[in-house]
Amino acid sequence: MSEAAKTPYRPPVSELGPSQTSYTSITDKISGIVLTKNTPLAWFICFALGFLLLHGFMIGVPYLLFEGVGIWGINNPIGWGWAIINFVWWIGIGHAGTLISAILLLFRQRWRTSINRAAEAMTIFAVLCAAQFPLFHTGRPWLACYWLLPYPNSMDIWPQFRSPLIWDVFAVSTYLTVSLVFWFVGLVPDLASLRDRAKNRIAQVIYGVLALGWRGSAIHWERYEMASLLLAGLSTPLVLSVHSVVSFDFAVGLIPGWHTTIFPPYFVAGAIYAGFAMVLTLMIPMRLLYGLDDFITERHLNNMAKVMLASGLIVGYGYFMEQLIAWYSASVFEGYMMQNRMKGPYGPFYWALIVCNIIVPQLLWFRHFRTSMFWLFFISQFINVGMWLERFIIVVTSLHRDFMPSSWDMFHPTIWDIAIYVGTIGLFIVLFFLFIRGLPMISIHEIRNLLVSGDHK
Amino acid sequence: MQQHEESTHYGLLAEFESPDDLLAAAKATFAAGYRKIDAYSPMPVHGLGEAIGFPRTRLPWLVFAFGLLGAITGYSLCYWVSAIDYPLNIAGKPLHSGPMFIPVTFELTILFAALSSAFGMFIANGLPQPYHPVFNAPNFARASQDRFFLSIEVEDPQFDREKTEEFLRGLNPHEVVEVEK
Repeated sequence: MSEAAKTPYRPPVSELGPSQTSYTSITDKISGIVLTKNTPLAWFICFALGFLLLHGFMIGVPYLLFEGVGIWGINNPIGWGWAIINFVWWIGIGHAGTLISAILLLFRQRWRTSINRAAEAMTIFAVLCAAQFPLFHTGRPWLACYWLLPYPNSMDIWPQFRSPLIWDVFAVSTYLTVSLVFWFVGLVPDLASLRDRAKNRIAQVIYGVLALGWRGSAIHWERYEMASLLLAGLSTPLVLSVHSVVSFDFAVGLIPGWHTTIFPPYFVAGAIYAGFAMVLTLMIPMRLLYGLDDFITERHLNNMAKVMLASGLIVGYGYFMEQLIAWYSASVFEGYMMQNRMKGPYGPFYWALIVCNIIVPQLLWFRHFRTSMFWLFFISQFINVGMWLERFIIVVTSLHRDFMPSSWDMFHPTIWDIAIYVGTIGLFIVLFFLFIRGLPMISIHEIRNLLVSGDHK
Repeated sequence: MQQHEESTHYGLLAEFESPDDLLAAAKATFAAGYRKIDAYSPMPVHGLGEAIGFPRTRLPWLVFAFGLLGAITGYSLCYWVSAIDYPLNIAGKPLHSGPMFIPVTFELTILFAALSSAFGMFIANGLPQPYHPVFNAPNFARASQDRFFLSIEVEDPQFDREKTEEFLRGLNPHEVVEVEK
């Protein structure tokens, strides 16, 4: 570090690879991915795959609206099926983006810079996918407005502010809005770079309009940096509140397996866990596809794996506490719920969940697995599946055998449950690939800053 | 002649190769008594705002005020709806159930504060602003990429076409150009 501080263009800061040494090379590399006529073949293949999956959603939703939620596998005790599972899964995935863009910014973790833009984009797309489920699980969303949103309506009725479900509406819509604004604020200086580099007239106009006439004035930068810091400071409690509120949907209810105080912290940790698994799922192919080794270095992979390990251990603690309290509370219903979870008809799913979320990720204790792209991708897939199973277990095993044995039943997903879920995965892939084609997937001005702040260290 | 020049030119723009050069030049320009100056860089340069005499931004106060407004809005919305306009007696629970109103109050606090921070920043910066004279400078496209610029406006009381240009050339720039309005 000290020898490099003598020259203005300081060679490798540890956050960047060896060949990214000047403002010019950074700008060229990142904007070159967008401002080119050559779209990689792999991009078309991935986009086509996403577009194909999206049809599950495009066909499933009209049929759902036509026929009603009866096309899903939900029944009388299990009124909350895949819609809520998918909602919680997606919204949890979004949390890693905000953790990276806001919390790691406040903690001055400079390595976050190169993954922050794409992770924020992931957040927005994941929240969009999540929002589809509560919206469409109402069956007739156009009639749901009056109890979801407080507006003076002709029936003169208002939402019930004592219900966690209305808190969810406020938390998720605030989260989506603030994430979108934070993301756009971060994009503006980079859009100006693209505007100034674009050769094609249409691109110049589009990026020019979006850049709002940004010219990099020092006075603008002063306010800009303050606004970014404030947005980070505001997003931090926001992201913690969102999954806490999501967990209240369960914890405020009286159902055994839901009514626990551990839920808010355990849900937040699970969200970060799932989110980092998804960040890695996206970043590892991106790194290969676009040759981003200088930006997403071994150090990034290692750090993300460590966050995943730590949050995974908190999730493991949550599972252990659920077990302990089921026994310690001496409540017959809690005790039976836990026995049924492990040994009942859904037992195999519970043990699959333990393998995916608790056992396999223990490999991350070893540096070898934390720095190998193959292994990290592999482990991340276990976590993606495991976190879905976790929500399945929470929702379905708690509901399917509640207080009254005469009302017990099993849950069987229908083709429409699967189609709409897979459809949102398609939506996510489509949106993400459009993003990496049209916008700089790494924050260029923040990466430039890594060179500067290296000087002054 | 002097009048004519003032109406067709925005000022002089000096180009620098590194943030350190720009920072030093900005400090020297301010010390020389120029006040209608601005600096342009592709990323925030620490201390540059201060160097050209920009006082600390008051944005945090705006955000605080809007956060407070959000909190008041959120709580009074819940209170007015639940206790005044649409009272529902559910198991005898109090109509004014404060703790249950906190999540909505909290979310609206964050929402108002975050929106005021982003929009307040853009509005205070005068953005969107599609046209600005500095964009006329031939190399200014690099201000968003890898070059650093310092401008002195014609309207500065100390501005003098020759002397100011000479002064800027003394600051080790890559180039000094005249910018049209």
